[in-house]
Amino acid sequence: MTHPDSISSRGKRSASGPARHHRGHITRRSLLASAALLMTTGVAGARVVTKVLPWDPNEAYPVVPVKPGGYFFLTSEEAAIVDAFVDRLIPADDLGPGARDAGVTTFIDRQLTGPYGGHDWLYMQGPFSATPLPSQGLQSPLTPRQQYRQGLAALEAYCKTSFGGRGFVQLSTGEQEKLLTGMEKGEVKLPNFSSRMLFSAIYSNTMEGFFADPIYGGNRDMAGWKLIGFPGTRYDYRDVMEKPNQAYLLPPVGMQGRPAWGER
Amino acid sequence: MARRLPRKDVVIVGLGWTGSILAYELSRTGLEVVAIERGPWRDTATDFNIGTAPDELRYGVRHDVFLRPTQESITMRNNPSQTALPIRKWGSFLPGNGVGGAGVHWNGQTWRFLPDDFRIRSHMLERYGEAIFPEGHHIQDWPVSYEELEPYYDKFEYVAGISGKAGNIKGQIQPGGNPFEGARERDYPTPPMKQGYAQDLFNKATANLGLHPFPRPSANLSVAYTNPYGCSMAPCTYCGFCERFGCANYSKSSPQTCVLPALVRQPTFEARTDSEVTKVNLSADGKTATGVTYVDLNGEEWEQPADLVLVCAFGLFNVRLLLLSGIGKPYDPVKDEGVVGRNYAYQTGSGSTAFFEDAKFNPFAAAGSLGTAADDYNSDNFDHGPHGFVGGASITCAYTNGRPILYHPTPPGTPTWGSQWKKAVHETYQRVTSVGAQGSVMSYRNNYLDLDPTYKDPLGRPLMRMTFDYQDNERKMANWMADRCDEIAKAMGAKQTQLNRLVGPWSVVPYQTTHNTGGAVFGNDPKTSVLNRYLQSWDVPNVFVMGASAFPQNAGYNPTGTVGALTYWALDAIKRYLKSSGPLVQL
Repeated sequence: MTHPDSISSRGKRSASGPARHHRGHITRRSLLASAALLMTTGVAGARVVTKVLPWDPNEAYPVVPVKPGGYFFLTSEEAAIVDAFVDRLIPADDLGPGARDAGVTTFIDRQLTGPYGGHDWLYMQGPFSATPLPSQGLQSPLTPRQQYRQGLAALEAYCKTSFGGRGFVQLSTGEQEKLLTGMEKGEVKLPNFSSRMLFSAIYSNTMEGFFADPIYGGNRDMAGWKLIGFPGTRYDYRDVMEKPNQAYLLPPVGMQGRPAWGER
Repeated sequence: MARRLPRKDVVIVGLGWTGSILAYELSRTGLEVVAIERGPWRDTATDFNIGTAPDELRYGVRHDVFLRPTQESITMRNNPSQTALPIRKWGSFLPGNGVGGAGVHWNGQTWRFLPDDFRIRSHMLERYGEAIFPEGHHIQDWPVSYEELEPYYDKFEYVAGISGKAGNIKGQIQPGGNPFEGARERDYPTPPMKQGYAQDLFNKATANLGLHPFPRPSANLSVAYTNPYGCSMAPCTYCGFCERFGCANYSKSSPQTCVLPALVRQPTFEARTDSEVTKVNLSADGKTATGVTYVDLNGEEWEQPADLVLVCAFGLFNVRLLLLSGIGKPYDPVKDEGVVGRNYAYQTGSGSTAFFEDAKFNPFAAAGSLGTAADDYNSDNFDHGPHGFVGGASITCAYTNGRPILYHPTPPGTPTWGSQWKKAVHETYQRVTSVGAQGSVMSYRNNYLDLDPTYKDPLGRPLMRMTFDYQDNERKMANWMADRCDEIAKAMGAKQTQLNRLVGPWSVVPYQTTHNTGGAVFGNDPKTSVLNRYLQSWDVPNVFVMGASAFPQNAGYNPTGTVGALTYWALDAIKRYLKSSGPLVQL
């Protein structure tokens, strides 16, 4: 992957496994640090803090805003299936845009390119049990990237076999909905892939993309937030506490402000 | 081969609440103190920056500030007949990582346990007889009383600036507070938080039912405050990005806001971060700790000699470090012998979700500790005779957040997707509140921690194995509490309610609570405790172990207030130990 992670990969604290700091960062910080911040000779692999709090002015770890346009992981065929899939999950209707129009496919694509897509932060050492208890949660060795790649291929193969050569995007809305209902229950038998696992991956990522800050490429124009009345990142609701049971009237803002403040 | 560093007076493992308090209090006496923390340093201005902090995906869903399972996880099974598998992705609980530890991402509910909780075995036996106790239990009295801990609760509450309303000052019941609490010497340092519309409804409904509502004691501060260490905090803005997040407002009590600014000024203190302690080293006879070994970011191994070792990691990891270091006899559930890993406990959650016809609850205006509670069904504040269970719960109506990825409720029977779901989400968000019961979990022979035979961390050391399930006693209690919550929800005016009961085996998947307790419990008998009443190891007297791992079983409250009190209690003992080393309790 040559693409930036959606989460903080360009932040100095790279999203890499166990320790957030790269050596470069520690060195940089120690070089910038005031004289009172001593590095003890001989323990350079540790970060040493003594005498002063070690923050630097203007130091922060923002995420890299997603720029829509093209796909970094998904093929155009896969993206078309995801577009149709998420549009069934959250359709456009008189309450506002659906997941596709809100950019959820772009959100999913960018998430899959980052540490989430490889389950980089999770415990992925074997052995992987073939018979885990439901209470033991996630036990598959398949990363989200593998789930999408293999699962979407299996779904497409299933559709072509079961619907007279038509792929998922060629199905009618009603056929797609019926198929999703069966996948959600695990009743649809895809070739060599769990339909429930694919449904679950797309479903949870759709909810994330529809309701996450627009900085990640989904929730375009804060469609998800407007649907429910979530004001976003205003970060101060002391006034709300003074006015119980009253509607909150200010429009939502995100980490990049809101569209009325100008295009980014 | 580990390279040996110059000796320190004190080495502290983990720089969260307990580690930072002890580091400050001991370094200010002139001792050379080093704290070794496996995660990164974290500052408010940089790591919880207001421009980046309110990010639900990054922190709430992808768990940016938590320990990454790739670094260390825990294996889990419900009972000893099963094969444990690793928790590959955190769910039921979320261990912290880095400077500040769980004190960064906690809600901030800061309780004192009730006087009866400390002598639960004796108290229940006296009032109900032996038959009240569940099968296979390991319930034991705490080795300290509420009265002994009271000054130390006070100390922690004033360092953390807790916002609340006293219910009992020196035996005088105070209107508006919790009348069931143990007597306190003085009120909380700051007044209670503002409460919302749902809390108004809860207060009226519970009062009409004859219960005693009061504002939850909160580490989300109601007003600006400067603590005894000279650290200043700002008022909470009810931003709704609290638990799972660091606070950008300097409003949530944490090591960052309450201790570190004073600590780093101590010239004899040093922190080493990104360095994982792998072992407490022992002398040849196993009776004295000589220091610790740790591995830095480059994978290099160092030995840090010290006269005193304070184990201050998150409770679960304290237990693992003791097991890996050979301190104390590991617990064996078959023989019911040994102590390290014994009496692991947790917390129950049950309640009622309340759907209203028309309301504007504004759930986004929230804080980790916002809410009101009633303690009428906690501990032994009510007659357990008719119920046949031990324990109780604090019942609350709270909004910790309205963050939409994880919080977009719909009424029962709503499809999970499609236009009908969308309509329901649209109509429901503002009209739902909940009444919840956070309950105690007793200790049992078959709920315990040990080392896993199969799974390892990246350094090749065995992961810890958790064997845990809720027992009949806890199910009975939690489900009885759910019915009480439902009565309250209906009395508040809900048009529809949904009961949340404790059903099925405990699962690692849905988030429940990070109140993992026990495994290195303190007590008066070395056969049933790892630590004496001063949190000092029975076996290795220059090792003290802080944290909720010391709880003999768990009460119906969040643990941090008691963890803080025990830390100051142990501090006094450590100061005595430093004057005259050796066991503080002679058998």
